[in-house]
Amino acid sequence: MTADASTVLIEATGLTKVYGTPGGRAGFTAVDGIDLEIHRGEAFGVLGANGAGKSSTMRMIACVSPVTAGSLRILGHDSATDGAKIRARLGVVPQDDTIDSELTVRENLLIYGRYFGLPWKVLRERSTRLLEFTRLSEKADDEVATLSGGMRRRLTIARALINEPEIVLLDEPTTGLDPQARHLLWERLFQLKQDGVTLLLTTHYMDEAEQLCDRLVVMDAGKIVAAGTPAELISRYTSREVVELRFAPGERQIMADKCRGIVERVEELPHRLMLYTDSGEETLAAVNARGVRPLTALIRRSSLEDVFLTLTGRSLVD
Amino acid sequence: MVERNLMIYRHTWPVILAEIFEPLLYLLAFGVGIGALVGDVPGLSDASITYPEFVAPALLATAAMNGAMNETTFNMYGKLATDKTYESILTTPMSVRSVALGEVCWALMRGTLVSTAFLAVVSVLGLVHTPMALLVIPSALLIGFTFASIGLLVVTLLRSWQDFQLIQLVMLPMFLFATTFFPLNVYPRPVQVLVEVLPLYHSIELTRATFLGTGGRHLAVAVAYLAVLGVVALAIAVRRLERTLRS
Repeated sequence: MTADASTVLIEATGLTKVYGTPGGRAGFTAVDGIDLEIHRGEAFGVLGANGAGKSSTMRMIACVSPVTAGSLRILGHDSATDGAKIRARLGVVPQDDTIDSELTVRENLLIYGRYFGLPWKVLRERSTRLLEFTRLSEKADDEVATLSGGMRRRLTIARALINEPEIVLLDEPTTGLDPQARHLLWERLFQLKQDGVTLLLTTHYMDEAEQLCDRLVVMDAGKIVAAGTPAELISRYTSREVVELRFAPGERQIMADKCRGIVERVEELPHRLMLYTDSGEETLAAVNARGVRPLTALIRRSSLEDVFLTLTGRSLVD
Repeated sequence: MVERNLMIYRHTWPVILAEIFEPLLYLLAFGVGIGALVGDVPGLSDASITYPEFVAPALLATAAMNGAMNETTFNMYGKLATDKTYESILTTPMSVRSVALGEVCWALMRGTLVSTAFLAVVSVLGLVHTPMALLVIPSALLIGFTFASIGLLVVTLLRSWQDFQLIQLVMLPMFLFATTFFPLNVYPRPVQVLVEVLPLYHSIELTRATFLGTGGRHLAVAVAYLAVLGVVALAIAVRRLERTLRS
């Protein structure tokens, strides 16, 4: 392996996915010519609303879905010709749990490892270790049906690690989990990253992206609309602080009109008003000076959520 | 793939037992029950063949067919449509082809087990008179292969669970009419031609020829027919699976 290939693990140029409609000529473009470069050891996030093209991107990188156009090189191989070779070194955590419900927890790991052609002896040792890592040791011989959502997801992660992959792909890893289960999962993923595993994950939770990702891209309608570290994105696309004002349902429009002009950018949500500012205190004082009396007022630091609203929300379309 | 299924059947071995009992029950009902009424089989060249001896190999062929078809239709459809088992398998270095071949192989192993057990019981009952009957097992394997491949092809065509009704609509009449319970010459010639096209007819010809030790030209025709049908069905099925699973 060359020095270059050891640092850039995934390199996509003009990556495109068009799904053919059955019988029809016009296809649906899910991914529209995106460029990605993911380095060894980093946690890379793909953010986007549902239908933005995240999962299609992941499926192409997992080498389960053929690339329509563009080039995709993973671990120094071409995804079009060396799919099996690449898959041998990837771990995949799909969006829906696809655990084998006819097998027990431990058997799931053993059999999955056999699909990689790994010897039983190695697998027995690894499965014990991975069950410990994902805190499932007590459940080892139970039926999969008895597991909770969080446990199932952890088992899926354990399964993805059975071949000691260099890259782990996670498609919305914490969707549908309760806060406790999410935090446990994040902690395990962080541990993986410390161990030098490269993580590529999609999410529509901004807090998840902020917690886990070194770098990320925001996707909208199949295109990448922004890229950078979370801090970069926040400083580039939004102000330092946000004043959030909550109003009674009937009052919002009048209040919004009153607030206009205080700051450069105001985001109007169904019963909230967000004022983007460099100083929350000053802005709130100005709001009060105009006689606006919100139900609640909150000053907070900008987050990725604000970046996302800026990039894909109504204000961008206007 | 084969190992996965083996591990599952360690939990669900009663299913296999049931599969062995089913043809035995048929044999009891039709072979012994109706056999008592019928006596021997009219229209056969060899009058010494009793009715149970006539029906037993046909039931074996049917069992091999059903076992294989169930495995690659019902069981595979569940994994394909409901459990998404294959989706996760295909994120490993496994190819669609090896998954398909694995499922067919597994169906064959199951078939061998069932046909061996059936043969053992039938010999204990004193229905076996020739060492050639041992050839019934490879015959059942071939039948299993053909129908597993057909099942694989059928499963790529299914749109929903309701479509299984259609499979039943084909399978049950085939079971009843493909010379399982009476010889071909009871039909008028045009119907004979129709029956001779059915894969189960050739399967039964094959098991009957080996079981009764009659051999003959039919045997070669049946083997060729089943082998060609199986290979063609398998090839098309793998191509169709490739398209649905890697989209």
